[in-house]
Amino acid sequence: MKEINITELERKFQEKIDNDIKIEPNDWMPEEYRQTLIRQISQHAHSEIVGQLPEGNWVTRAPNLRRKAVLLAKIQDEAGHGLYLYSAVETLGADREQTMDDLHSGKAKYSSIFNYPALTWADMGMIGWLVDGAAIMNQVPLCRCSYGPYARAMVRVCKEESFHQRQGYEIVTQLAQGTPEQKAMAQESLDRWWWPALMMFGPSDKDSKHTAQSMKWKIKRHTNDELRQQFVDVTVPQAELIGLKVPDADLKFNEATGHYDFGDINWDEFWQVVAGHGPCNKERVAARKRAKEEGMWVREAANAYAEKRAKRKAS
Amino acid sequence: MSKKEWPLWEVFIRSKQGLSHKHAGSLRAPDAEMAINNARDVYTRRSEGVSIWVVPSNEIVASDPSDSEELFEPSQTKVYRHPTFYDVPDGISHM
Amino acid sequence: MTKEEALFTYLLRRADDTLILGHRLSEWCGHGPILEEDIALTNLSLDLIGQCTSYFQYAAQIEGKGRTEDDLAFLRIEKDYVNCLMVEQPNGDFGKTITRQFFYDVYHKLLLEALVNSKDEQLSAIAEKSLKEVKYHLRHSSEWMIRLGDGTEESHERMQNAVDDISRFIDELFYKDQVDEMLIKEGIIPDSADFRAAYDAYVTEVLEEATLQLPEKMWQLSGGRKGVHSEHLGYLLAELQYMQRTYPNMEW
Repeated sequence: MKEINITELERKFQEKIDNDIKIEPNDWMPEEYRQTLIRQISQHAHSEIVGQLPEGNWVTRAPNLRRKAVLLAKIQDEAGHGLYLYSAVETLGADREQTMDDLHSGKAKYSSIFNYPALTWADMGMIGWLVDGAAIMNQVPLCRCSYGPYARAMVRVCKEESFHQRQGYEIVTQLAQGTPEQKAMAQESLDRWWWPALMMFGPSDKDSKHTAQSMKWKIKRHTNDELRQQFVDVTVPQAELIGLKVPDADLKFNEATGHYDFGDINWDEFWQVVAGHGPCNKERVAARKRAKEEGMWVREAANAYAEKRAKRKAS
Repeated sequence: MSKKEWPLWEVFIRSKQGLSHKHAGSLRAPDAEMAINNARDVYTRRSEGVSIWVVPSNEIVASDPSDSEELFEPSQTKVYRHPTFYDVPDGISHM
Repeated sequence: MTKEEALFTYLLRRADDTLILGHRLSEWCGHGPILEEDIALTNLSLDLIGQCTSYFQYAAQIEGKGRTEDDLAFLRIEKDYVNCLMVEQPNGDFGKTITRQFFYDVYHKLLLEALVNSKDEQLSAIAEKSLKEVKYHLRHSSEWMIRLGDGTEESHERMQNAVDDISRFIDELFYKDQVDEMLIKEGIIPDSADFRAAYDAYVTEVLEEATLQLPEKMWQLSGGRKGVHSEHLGYLLAELQYMQRTYPNMEW
């Protein structure tokens, strides 16, 4: 092996990024870039599969056949998206099983929103409208992320997710225009999900330790606060249109900035939920762990069969 | 054997007659038949395909990336740096 | 009993089988033994829920009393559900789910293959569309039967137990009463007795490859087609009907 000049490699690497040339799995990359991607993509993958659980709660209780089918298809997409993302993580040299084990041990994080309970049918609408809405806002810029496999996975994810937010908004609209009971159900649900949805964009820019480097590497294209503001700006009129009230006394359109000003986020709650103390953290991780443990014999049997068959073929 | 996870497969899909197969992504499956089944379920949920190829990921041989010539002697490499291409003895974790 | 009444009941039997089995499979959503299989089970469930919707729509049309497919799916009392007992059996472990699926898929495929020739055009069209899906269901469940049956010692034992359990519900799949007799005469449905031999042959072939055995003739349970169910169905319906019962007469 010849002499390695790391500084030179890093310079070339950054030059590629600056020229919007994608980085591919076998290209040289700084170890920190790799680790940042592994952390971010696997968090994203975990969020998809943990995100199946609150909605999975309601599949068996969906109010009619059409809603049942749509909800199932949506949750299935989430499993698919988790799979695409785990595949992208694997191209970076991180094993899917190890990645998942980190989720089970609590070492790896996932979107804190899924640690809130889905208590009513309206929550299915709210998850689609707000949670997927926030996710899409995060994800669309990721289609241009500097790492090729991640960007390609996100193109697929975004294409498939376009219906998720619409179906959610449709559910909420139907409720908001329904009977007084239905309208109350929708408002109560919005009251619970609004703030956690804003927290989905992550800590405020001044407290976000990864943002600057990630922006330089084009793993991230906008800061957390920029995306959060964008979300508030598009979502508030959507709520008003169907007669729901966003639960924030400080919410007000600012003519000067052209944006909505909004109240303070409860960051204590955010950090507590991230640290594992939210209403459903334990249940969510336990459900994933149980799926893995109870599926062990199945995965082993299929392996054993494949080995037996290979042997039979060879002899 | 017991802790070994299913091997990784690369999936190629022909989206309609007249087009070539295009890399769609990867997945895990214990054998070729199941890989085809899983590919159908995972990558053609919106009926995107008329024909599916699956290839064990570790059978794919890739050329060297151009900018690493000063790093390595020219050689054929694995397509990705998948850790599962490398056998690790039982009992070793966090590797 | 008029021909329409017979057809209505028959459509409900098809609809309820697919509704209840689809519901059971949907319980797996998010809990599959591996991500790929989670997606596969949801696909089966989606197919079945789509099929039941077609049957319910047609049944509602035949009945002509202004009920919708959702009224039929969600707002009957337990006694009026006429699915077979096999499909309402709880999921158990993945092996039991696959075994239930396999024994039903074999029947389902043979039935649809014959139902495609129905003199009733609408029924024939539903069968034709469903058949494409069910052929894949059977391939999926057959391959799993073989892998789990002939996998490890543990998987073999789990699968043999599942086969022993689920095979108690096979004969009911071929249940016939005057509803069937009337429709068979009219050329609207096939005589299921005609494909019983094919059913047994296929099951035996796959089980053999899976190194599993059908138990010596077990006492066969039935009652589902007449609305007499196992204790499991009530809980399933409590969940299924929760929203419609709690908030009557609302649009969702």
